[in-house]
Amino acid sequence: MKITYREALNQAMCEEMERDNRVFLMGEEVAEYNGAYKVSQGMLEKFGPKRVIDTPITELGFAGLGVGASMAGLRPIIEFMTWNFAILALDQIVNAAAKMKYMSGGQYSCPMVFRGAGGSAARVGSQHSQALENWMANVPGLKVVMPSNPADAKGLLKAAIRDNDTVCFIENEINYGDVGEVPDGEYIIPLGKADVKRPGKDVTIVAHSRMTGFALEAAAELAKQGIDAEVIDPRTIRPLDEATILGSVAKTNRCVVVEEGWRFAGIGAEISARIMEKGFDDLDAPVARVTGKDVPMAYAANLERMTLPSVAEIVEAARVVTNRA
Amino acid sequence: MSAKQKQAAKSAKGLEFEGRSYDVDTLHAMHDSMLFIRRFEEKAGQLYGLKKIGGFCHLCNGQEAVCVGMEHAAQPTDYMMTSYRDHGHILARGSDPTAVMAELLGRAGGIVKGKGGSMHMFDIDKNFAGGNGIVGEQVPIGLGFGFSSWYKDDGRVTMCIMGDGGINQGGVYESFNMAALWKLPIVFVIENNQYAMGTALNRASAETHLFKRGISFKIPGMQIDGMDVLAVEKHMTEALEHARSGEGPILVEAVTYRYRGHSMSDPATYRTREEVDEWRTGRDPIARLQQQMIDAGLATEEHFKEKDKEIKKEVNTVAKDAEAQPEPDPSELWTDVYSDPIEGAYPYPGKVG
Repeated sequence: MKITYREALNQAMCEEMERDNRVFLMGEEVAEYNGAYKVSQGMLEKFGPKRVIDTPITELGFAGLGVGASMAGLRPIIEFMTWNFAILALDQIVNAAAKMKYMSGGQYSCPMVFRGAGGSAARVGSQHSQALENWMANVPGLKVVMPSNPADAKGLLKAAIRDNDTVCFIENEINYGDVGEVPDGEYIIPLGKADVKRPGKDVTIVAHSRMTGFALEAAAELAKQGIDAEVIDPRTIRPLDEATILGSVAKTNRCVVVEEGWRFAGIGAEISARIMEKGFDDLDAPVARVTGKDVPMAYAANLERMTLPSVAEIVEAARVVTNRA
Repeated sequence: MSAKQKQAAKSAKGLEFEGRSYDVDTLHAMHDSMLFIRRFEEKAGQLYGLKKIGGFCHLCNGQEAVCVGMEHAAQPTDYMMTSYRDHGHILARGSDPTAVMAELLGRAGGIVKGKGGSMHMFDIDKNFAGGNGIVGEQVPIGLGFGFSSWYKDDGRVTMCIMGDGGINQGGVYESFNMAALWKLPIVFVIENNQYAMGTALNRASAETHLFKRGISFKIPGMQIDGMDVLAVEKHMTEALEHARSGEGPILVEAVTYRYRGHSMSDPATYRTREEVDEWRTGRDPIARLQQQMIDAGLATEEHFKEKDKEIKKEVNTVAKDAEAQPEPDPSELWTDVYSDPIEGAYPYPGKVG
């Protein structure tokens, strides 16, 4: 069935809440307003106010509530309207949820999902447009998941809710309206598995979240130029499925890594380093990175466009690593 | 106490506090528990001085009545969490003292396997959820335990403990608001030992009556004498009943004093010797209960002297047994990071590069 990315997320949560009554959804505007981005449309009606709970604007507090509730045996889904606001809750995510199992010697754990929109929205300025997945992915104890299409959104969110660790599930606001084929009912994508979105033999393009779509567009353009690109979506940022990436690079010998976030210590830096460490002999050219520009996001349409990676930049990077520039 | 009151106390087989009776066994149990915590902390201080305990070590000498009174008022199924000054609370809950001492020493048999240390004591079997090192962090977490009890309707109450320093963190008020909004079964306990590290209460708090800090959230509050174990037990019982009955959260400010510095590295030059002496000799919770019991004819000075010897010996054995344990096995480095690890995924347990 063809449904939107937001409907796929909704389906995943509803199915898991029907299956397991320990699962509840909490966040700002998730209940009576039906979600700031309508991801939780209809859920209050379906599950009632005890399981779909509107909070005050109080990210640190309700993130911590989720941590405590998970330690006491529940399976919270904590929605951040966007991940920008999760910065207020970082103590609970990084110092509590991520470390609880280790620092309690395995006694307590935090099986829960923090979810919401990450990355850039459209024309909302610097504080509401940023990709912070590398912050979360740096922390042992957390898992970081980022779906790029409706089917992945459903399969990965169901897996994240069932996972016994803390999962940071980062959606993309621009993708919420995307339509795609999504399997009905039980559809689960295991965490930690990358997906080859387009097979190819000349160059590997690794891209996640909204950038997967950009990479596929770039691959279509490259095909016209006689370059056959393979597009890999890691889907889970931590733990990273490096075997799939290294396998592809062993075949193509060339790699471009694309991310919306800033370049310094970003996901691209990590993936490049892994390829250098474990696939050095397979490389015929240095790995190229296409990233967001190293500036806060501006409001003006042209500046915003310039700040984000573009399809043209991905095409250009692929041409450089294949000696076609 | 008037002569008439003394006579009344003597005739009963216990003590009374504001109409609540305590039998002699309960009084001994409370006393022994407080004294054990006192001697345990002194031993920890010694071992720290010998550099056998590393890092931060926050002792609770002087605050024992809060730990013990609270525990006596609670059900074993009630949840408890606190800050980094946690040894006294976990001992009062009844956790194995050798495991607590082994944790301080970073040993294999530590209560969290040597992975937490002084600040991160946990005991899930005793419903003790930390041991949280970031000031105030345990308050939103306690909110979550309270939420869980509300969600499951399991009749448990959460005792969420913070200090006069922690009370100024923003997350505390976020938690007060939600706890009151949803009438969650939580007793917020403020251990007001009057110094947030080196900062005196009146230099850090515009409203120094900390039990009033819940007023904006319609959370009732009470201030109690945290140097009197009977007062703590009595009022915590009331507070727990309030929370358990579905009335919502309540705030208890226990006024107390820590005899030692904030941590072992703190000489506490920010307060006078006279001030410390006034609390230590004038209001000590252990000496006070001993005196009350002696006055009531429930025990003798000799008994307490013997008991002290016995406890000191017990603590020495605890320390010896803990010290005899090996350090954690190196393989423990890689355990307890994830519940569902992903095969073959970074960080390649046990390998470098």
